[in-house]
Amino acid sequence: MTQSLTSDQAAAITDPDERGGGSGTAKFVLTKVAEAIASILLVIVLGFFLFRLLPGDPIAFMSRERPTDPGQIAELRERLGLDKPMLAQFGNYFAGLFQGDFGESYIERRPVLDMIGERLWPTVLLVGSATVLAIAIGLWLGIRAAWRRDSFFDRAQTGIALTLWSVPQFWLGLLLLVATGGLFPSRGMHSPDAAPGFFPQTVDVLHHLVLPCVTLLAVFYAQYMLVMRSSLLGEMNADYLTTARAKGLREDLVRRRHAVPNALLPTVTLVFMQFGMVVSGAVTVEAVFSWPGLGQLTYDALHGPDLPVLQGVFVVLASAVVLMNLLAELLYRVLDPRVRTA
Amino acid sequence: MRRVFAIGVAATLAVLPLAGTAAAQQQNQPKVLRVALTTGIDHLNPFTAALAASTQVGRFVYEFLTIPSADKAEAAPALAESWTTSPDKLTWTFKIRRNAKWSDGKPVTAKDAAFTFNRMLTDETARTANGNYVANFDTVSAPDDTTLVIKTKTVQATMDLLDVPIVPEHVWAPIKDLTDPKTDTVAVAGVGDGPYQLTEYKQNEYVKFKANKDYWRGAPQVDELQLLVFKDVESAVNALKQGEVDVINRLTPTQFDALEGQPDIATNKAPGRRYNEITMNFGVQNNENQPIGNGNPVLKDLRMRQAIARAIDSQTIVDKVMSGYGQLGGGVVPPIYRNYHWDPARGEARTFDLAAANQALDQAGYRKGGDGLRTGPGGARLELRLTGHANRGFDQRVAQYVSGWLRDIGISVKQELVSDEELNDRTNAGNYDLAISGYATNPDPDYALALHTCAARPNAQGKGGTTDTFFCDPQYDQLYAKQLAETDPAVRAGYVKQAQARLYSQAVNVVVDYDNALEAYRSDHFSSFQKQPQPDGAILEQTGYWGVYGAVPADASAAADDGGSNTVVWIVVGAVVAVALVGGGIAIGRRRAVPADDRE
Repeated sequence: MTQSLTSDQAAAITDPDERGGGSGTAKFVLTKVAEAIASILLVIVLGFFLFRLLPGDPIAFMSRERPTDPGQIAELRERLGLDKPMLAQFGNYFAGLFQGDFGESYIERRPVLDMIGERLWPTVLLVGSATVLAIAIGLWLGIRAAWRRDSFFDRAQTGIALTLWSVPQFWLGLLLLVATGGLFPSRGMHSPDAAPGFFPQTVDVLHHLVLPCVTLLAVFYAQYMLVMRSSLLGEMNADYLTTARAKGLREDLVRRRHAVPNALLPTVTLVFMQFGMVVSGAVTVEAVFSWPGLGQLTYDALHGPDLPVLQGVFVVLASAVVLMNLLAELLYRVLDPRVRTA
Repeated sequence: MRRVFAIGVAATLAVLPLAGTAAAQQQNQPKVLRVALTTGIDHLNPFTAALAASTQVGRFVYEFLTIPSADKAEAAPALAESWTTSPDKLTWTFKIRRNAKWSDGKPVTAKDAAFTFNRMLTDETARTANGNYVANFDTVSAPDDTTLVIKTKTVQATMDLLDVPIVPEHVWAPIKDLTDPKTDTVAVAGVGDGPYQLTEYKQNEYVKFKANKDYWRGAPQVDELQLLVFKDVESAVNALKQGEVDVINRLTPTQFDALEGQPDIATNKAPGRRYNEITMNFGVQNNENQPIGNGNPVLKDLRMRQAIARAIDSQTIVDKVMSGYGQLGGGVVPPIYRNYHWDPARGEARTFDLAAANQALDQAGYRKGGDGLRTGPGGARLELRLTGHANRGFDQRVAQYVSGWLRDIGISVKQELVSDEELNDRTNAGNYDLAISGYATNPDPDYALALHTCAARPNAQGKGGTTDTFFCDPQYDQLYAKQLAETDPAVRAGYVKQAQARLYSQAVNVVVDYDNALEAYRSDHFSSFQKQPQPDGAILEQTGYWGVYGAVPADASAAADDGGSNTVVWIVVGAVVAVALVGGGIAIGRRRAVPADDRE
């Protein structure tokens, strides 16, 4: 493998110490990690107080359309700790977080962490598979479109990508549901009629995954394609490509071995930034296909407002974004030596 | 080519489950009733299950002392064969039937009922869902296996319709903490005595039941019941069309109209339990009688409120906004509860009449200016804010109509449609002039009436109580108390109607209409359902289990056809997918076939 690496890639995997950046790297990593921790703490504080600004009294919501007397309401308020001053509530909440206690949902009266835990896996499965496919298809189409720039293929692909990118997800989802006419299940992740056992259950989940995944994929892949295309176009006239061609390399090898690896850098950042953001993007698709994920949990919690759940989801999602950004920064330093020495 | 093969296998596997269901349908095996659930389930635990869908699950699994009858939605025997009250109406004695069994084989006795209520009296968590029914209980005891005695502190009219599922003592007594997650499992919540027995629960996805063969009324005709969660009604409608679900409710008029006349689909329009209204801020006060909010003082004038009520054309709202799927409003108890519903008599009714409304305002001294708008006592132009739900089509359109009509009687309207939470905040704090509102009611009229008593108003902090109108009127409260303490149904109905008449006379709200419950089902899978009330009530939107208990499967032949056509579709799709995959595979294969020495 090593022989086929370009000089840039080879540089990227050499020991950083050789460049005299040993302590520099450690310091860089520590700074970035400290920054990430500070961001997450800020998210916790902001999350708590911001959600308190939402209009709506959770108790009024819980007792709406149900006969409740003032005694019951006072009891409820005390049980949820809503009778205490705001700062005391925050203190309890903050202390709880460190023991893995995210509080109790107002509506379901269950630990928030359990609820998030249940919903995390379906969302990761849905968004994860759609993202992986979107990256693969997007990059592949982007490379091809850039290489044949201004061809019919390029213009058609760019047009399709831009169209799908701007289509509302729920609408696309409903359209697919109607168009496929019952070939794929329209709701949930499991069919109540699926046979027990690991294999049939897995097939059942995959069967349910098809439509929501295709919907997300259709919207996601466009940005990877467009970024890859423009980034590759930027590399197209570089001298090193002329050199490679002068060596007598076949055109597709010039593309695969020389141009694409260099054009990948901006895409890597995008991939990591998107990983953190996509969960929120799944809200509408999860609703259309009744996919039991985090998006739906958030949507339901907003109606309460179910503050503990909203806070929990907010902390988890924001932390994911912060962590992914941290990873992107660290990885970028590994991938691009110019960043490391700068 | 190995890759192409692998993809092919995967595609075939994805097809298998559907082929499986098609085959099952063809063989005409266990008859399954699939119900689309468009609201969430919070708990299976009947003590904590508060959301509508969870309550419904409780109805299928557990029997109640009494339940609203299928024909009239009035108290009818269930676990209790009969009941009597003492002369002072404080002691209720229920005779529990002997032939009921829990699904684990143990008999159902009065001790189970006593345990259920006593647990609610002693355990705060046990009061989460239905605590209001026992708030006034003094003692509950079971002197023997068939007798249950409940003593109340004061007279309570709701005693013959306690909406509390009775649980088996031998299962629940050992559970000390009712918030324990295991109370939401089939092992605990699955031991029941209702028409269906819980067999499987996948949170946020579905609940499965099998018919209870030992059910004391007799086993349901359907072998299996499935409640499938849909977050989106449009997707659920699509699933009904595809035959993935058999029954659906909570349709919008547009969806309902689109489903009407479709092959193999039957629609059901039933009187609903909900009233829509426009409330007026008549100078509202909290429960300490201090004025709150910033309502326009002009609405304190009864003549003004009555004129506004006359300028609201409910018929147009029913026709144009509800597409005809609603009934004209009267009192706050909808006509589905026939015995308690009240309509104003011909002479007393405030019929839509813009000329009369204008004339009344002229007489009351609100002069019209040159621009056609009236001025209030201080000389200010009459402008009222109308608030409602921004996300509800009903509110958006009603606001348009009402603004137009009020403009015609010289009042300008500022529409303020806001989020649900904001609306709740505004109405709780009295910060509105006119508000579009509404409530779902219960078979027992107590709840609908309680919303308008002095005690329901919020406290000084704007919290507590669940009031609708902020109405506080000694005469109304007296009638409310009388009906609550009256156990003779006919006499009680009289007070209930008088209370509604009193509310109407003060024009603090205008009940515009009662929404219809709009439902649809697969007529090729099911020939009929037991409705409540009869003959033209709802299938799913019930307070009872009659709809799913009385579901009658259609002949098998229709369902088999359906499975067949599905299989054909599948074969076609399989072929298309295979062609696409093979084509793609060849393209990939060709690229791989570049000679090795050509690689760098």
